[in-house]
Amino acid sequence: MLGLVFPTAGEVAILDEPVFGFEGRGSPVLHRVGALIEEPAFWPYLSGRRNLEYLTRAAGSKEERAERLSRIDEVLATVGLQDAAEKRVKAYSQGMRQRLGIAQALLGRPDLLVLDEPTNGLDPQGMREIRLLLRRLADEGTTIFVSSHLLFEVEAMCDRVGVLAQGRLVAEGPPSSLRAATDTFRIDVDDRQGAVGVLSGMAGVTLSDDGSGSGSLRVQLVAPASAASINRALVSAGVAVSALVPERESLEEVFLSLVEGADALR
Amino acid sequence: MFWVEVGKTTRRIRTWVFAAGLAMLAVLPVVVLIRDHNPGGGPPFYQMIRHNGLFAALTAVALLQPFFLPLGAALLSGEAIAGEASLGTLRYLLARPVGRRRLIAVKYGVVMAELATSLVWVMALGLLAGAIAFGLGPLPTLSGTSIGTGAGVLRVLGAALYVEAGIASVAAIGIFFSTLTDSGPGATVGTVALAIASQVLDGLSTFRAIHPYLPTHHWLAWADLFRSPVPWDALARGLVLDVVYAGIFLGAALVMFGRKDVAS
Repeated sequence: MLGLVFPTAGEVAILDEPVFGFEGRGSPVLHRVGALIEEPAFWPYLSGRRNLEYLTRAAGSKEERAERLSRIDEVLATVGLQDAAEKRVKAYSQGMRQRLGIAQALLGRPDLLVLDEPTNGLDPQGMREIRLLLRRLADEGTTIFVSSHLLFEVEAMCDRVGVLAQGRLVAEGPPSSLRAATDTFRIDVDDRQGAVGVLSGMAGVTLSDDGSGSGSLRVQLVAPASAASINRALVSAGVAVSALVPERESLEEVFLSLVEGADALR
Repeated sequence: MFWVEVGKTTRRIRTWVFAAGLAMLAVLPVVVLIRDHNPGGGPPFYQMIRHNGLFAALTAVALLQPFFLPLGAALLSGEAIAGEASLGTLRYLLARPVGRRRLIAVKYGVVMAELATSLVWVMALGLLAGAIAFGLGPLPTLSGTSIGTGAGVLRVLGAALYVEAGIASVAAIGIFFSTLTDSGPGATVGTVALAIASQVLDGLSTFRAIHPYLPTHHWLAWADLFRSPVPWDALARGLVLDVVYAGIFLGAALVMFGRKDVAS
């Protein structure tokens, strides 16, 4: 997408502008794109700040460069590197390099952000900060492409999810659409026998358990039964309900089945 | 972007280490000559330093040209693109966007500027050392006549330009190899190998037929500037070789890099 690898067929356009065909001076639309490509990369003998400066000054009009240079402090503060900015990147930890990489992508106030594993190498607090940052930017109008293998993160952060397998888009949609809600519920009770007794007699409840054994009970519900109704029935019968959770396929299972499905087609 | 690259170079420690090394090389002939009571032989123009310190600049260049200058050119040009590729910064530069042809052009320009700076540095220090130790004055030529100091300085500048033109072909070869690999040292070694091979072949009479076409064949022709009258023949041929080789390899680099998939 960024003009680094040439297509074997077809065209690439970002924001309706072509990306290839500009081998002389580079595609102009790339000025409006901020990217983290595979891993951040810097000149190790320069400080974090100088890395940002030099990359900025390598291209762009005078005005664009001046604008980006003036934003360096702001962007460093956004990613939390304001204190480490003067140190050589050689001395940075992986998390710091990652933050600097994100800072570099944000510098031009891009219309499109293309980020490869943006939270890679960050501690949980850092990951959360970046998720919130990206969410905020998206709400402010920036289009953000994130490629991630952390499915929970994708679900937490994204408006739309696409699944690629063997180079083809095998699924696309809001995260919730990928995981169909089922009508299966998991119930944790203190008295399994008692619970089974209550539930077996209810209309619309399918129970696959006979009460022996341990662990959660699983029920399938159709009308007239509902989570609320079975909960009320159990509690009225003196069974304590400690958990009543709708079960959905985990995103991982969805992903694997999509990918394996694509594999099978080859 | 040119000044960005210059800035990067000045911030590297090795730049200053090389500068110190070159400084020592530049003043070495003068220092040795001062203590040499029976000078016989030695590098080009060494003997003449006694007559005019200006020649120390030329001796310094003569020491530099066969090996150290091509080595430096190969090092700088070999890592021009491959160095960025191995650091991973190449993809960020291209995505900035820096156009591919522009990147090659700027990198080549920076390498040539760095080489020119090294030449000036070495010649200036040599000149200074020579002037202090042996004074300046009218310049005796290799033909036995004498020319004024002003004219002498002009010819020294001419020699510097000619040497710079000579190294342009090595730098172009280095840039070309640099676009083919992710390894700066690999490109450097390939370039040095070619430069040395050219000089070796040039010295073997078996290959007399191809001598006029080897890039290094007329490298030392700048000495002709210090004959009176100046025989322009070798100098002209040398410049033609420089333009042709530099043009071919730079062109190849532009074409190669213009279509290359950058995955590193």
